[in-house]
Amino acid sequence: MTQRVLETGALRHGFLRRLAGTLGAENIGLFLALILVIAFFGSLSPRFLSKATFESVAFQLPELGLLTLAMLMPIISGGINLAVTFTANLCGLTLAWVLQANGGPDASIYAFLLGSVLAVGVGTASGLVMGPVIAYTGAHPILVSLSVMIFLRGLGEFLTRGADISGFPEFIQPLGHGSIVGIPVPLLILLGAVIVWHVLMTRTRLGFSNYMVGSNIEATRYSGISTRRVIILIYALSGAMCALAGIIMMARFNSVRVGHGESYVLITVLACFLGGVNPFGGFGKVVSVFLALIVLQLLSSGLNLLGASQHLATAIWGIMLIGVMILRWAAGQLNFMRITR
Amino acid sequence: MRNRGKLFRAHPTETWLVVVLLIMSAGLSVASDKFFTIANLFNLLNTSSTNLIFAVGLLVVLIAGGIDISFAVAASVVQYVVALALAQMGGGDWFIGLTLAAIVGIALGAVNAGLIYYFQIISIVVTIATFNIFFGLLMFFTHGVSIYNLPAWWTHRTVLFEFQQANGNWAELTLPVAIMAVCVAATWGLIRYTTTGRQLYAFGDNPEGARRLGINIAAMHFIAFGWLGLMAGIAGLVQVHYSQEIVPNALVGRELDVLAAVVLGGARLGGGRGTVLGCILGVFLVSVTQNGLNLLGISPYAFKMIVGAIILIAITLSNAPLGHILAGLRQRMGT
Repeated sequence: MTQRVLETGALRHGFLRRLAGTLGAENIGLFLALILVIAFFGSLSPRFLSKATFESVAFQLPELGLLTLAMLMPIISGGINLAVTFTANLCGLTLAWVLQANGGPDASIYAFLLGSVLAVGVGTASGLVMGPVIAYTGAHPILVSLSVMIFLRGLGEFLTRGADISGFPEFIQPLGHGSIVGIPVPLLILLGAVIVWHVLMTRTRLGFSNYMVGSNIEATRYSGISTRRVIILIYALSGAMCALAGIIMMARFNSVRVGHGESYVLITVLACFLGGVNPFGGFGKVVSVFLALIVLQLLSSGLNLLGASQHLATAIWGIMLIGVMILRWAAGQLNFMRITR
Repeated sequence: MRNRGKLFRAHPTETWLVVVLLIMSAGLSVASDKFFTIANLFNLLNTSSTNLIFAVGLLVVLIAGGIDISFAVAASVVQYVVALALAQMGGGDWFIGLTLAAIVGIALGAVNAGLIYYFQIISIVVTIATFNIFFGLLMFFTHGVSIYNLPAWWTHRTVLFEFQQANGNWAELTLPVAIMAVCVAATWGLIRYTTTGRQLYAFGDNPEGARRLGINIAAMHFIAFGWLGLMAGIAGLVQVHYSQEIVPNALVGRELDVLAAVVLGGARLGGGRGTVLGCILGVFLVSVTQNGLNLLGISPYAFKMIVGAIILIAITLSNAPLGHILAGLRQRMGT
């Protein structure tokens, strides 16, 4: 209902209002955090506000970003997909094998396309294992995706014996390291994915149903929406997004190894929560999560510039999540006091 | 027969797990002559002690309706802090080590409990954040350097009980098993025979109802997470005893394996349900699977894959309509 009101309002007041509607009032905190981070590192190091920082952020953001998008939809549906990183690894492996089977460095573009399609198929299949189990048995998504994660990690290690796979054709390079008119290709891919996800969540029946399933699955079922179908589709889409992440990771590292990006799992959840996604599901915006990702990545790049390790950045990410949650709690308390006065 | 019916109804998950474990053990005994030996049983106990100590700690948090992702990393922090403190003191002994580990572990658990209780943030958000904070700071301050120079009492392999088998091999029970037994018994006593334990179940099942009954909600948080912190500290100590070294990232990822085993044992994410017996069975199902695969000569690379598949199948079956139907049938036959 509010969505409808907002949309008609946006139509009446043109593009700016629509933009404000999309960005939303709940993003003010994130914008403040963004400005704070930029101001803080900008004042500490003159090198922070430079093209180099932009490029480091732009090239590192996509891996984490695409995985976070894969995590986002299940969380909004009231679930979680802990298997994102290993699904991405296995999709990367699929593509790598197709390329290897077709001549390794001499593989043709058709081999790459075939491999990519198969990779997306593998990712979707992983989602299609999780989705029905969650939808039909009512088993807890943490548990289902956890066991799928353990299975996929084992499968990947079994198939590769823990080794790296490398030796890919030249034309894959731009996918991980190239730029188009100054904008890195991986960033463009991430932006595309963000837009697709945003449209999917705000403009389609599936997106709407996803929010409803996350808010109250029983009420949604009684209102005639096939909640099982929604959940299965959501996990399948999540798996497909993992495949995209896997392909980009392969191009970025120029190799595939099971365990690449393993530590990202909990970071993607952190990014979602930081972006205001409700841990119980039902609420959360793609744009906010994207903003949260930028803040996280800027923080990490800034600390890197100051000579601190990634581990310190990880700790500060955790502190930031706690800080944001405490601020939200404080805002809630203030609101409550105002209502009850 | 009457008694068995009662048992089935009261503990469906546990009975189910016992049946699966018995079938697996029977199959493995036939397939490998090494499986059904005292030496192998002792070996199983020795290798699962760390995980089982973690598991009973996590069980208490799950019963109280929370979840914790940070405990394995907290155990790494405990290992490091205790090792540094002991180096300052010039050695120490088991008593000092355990006391230190308990204090640091409980303190880290209290951090989680405080954030969850005072700021009303849900436990998964808090513990994902503290996971990153603990691990990030640990790696930052230690630069990922391992410690090998440990006090002798800590790493000395203590055999509690041993005897020589007919084939000449020695079967040994080591110190971790005793510590594990104490932890398991203590947790069992806590949740089964104390008022606090009953309150934890009540709180996990219905927090608001528990609050209105006059249960101290703050205490519930601190007891549950403090207990897990205590167990994590002890498990950290035991893991060092077993592996003879402290590697700061050795336990990362263990939290999810333990979580899977505990929930497999019937503890419910969402609180109010779970038993120590189920917890033990869940951990043993995983370790017997690994042990069996090992004895059957299957490539170690395939272990995790098979374990993952087994957990997935177990969850699906125990939640599927088929499972409900079977449980219903069993109930009817039991009465």
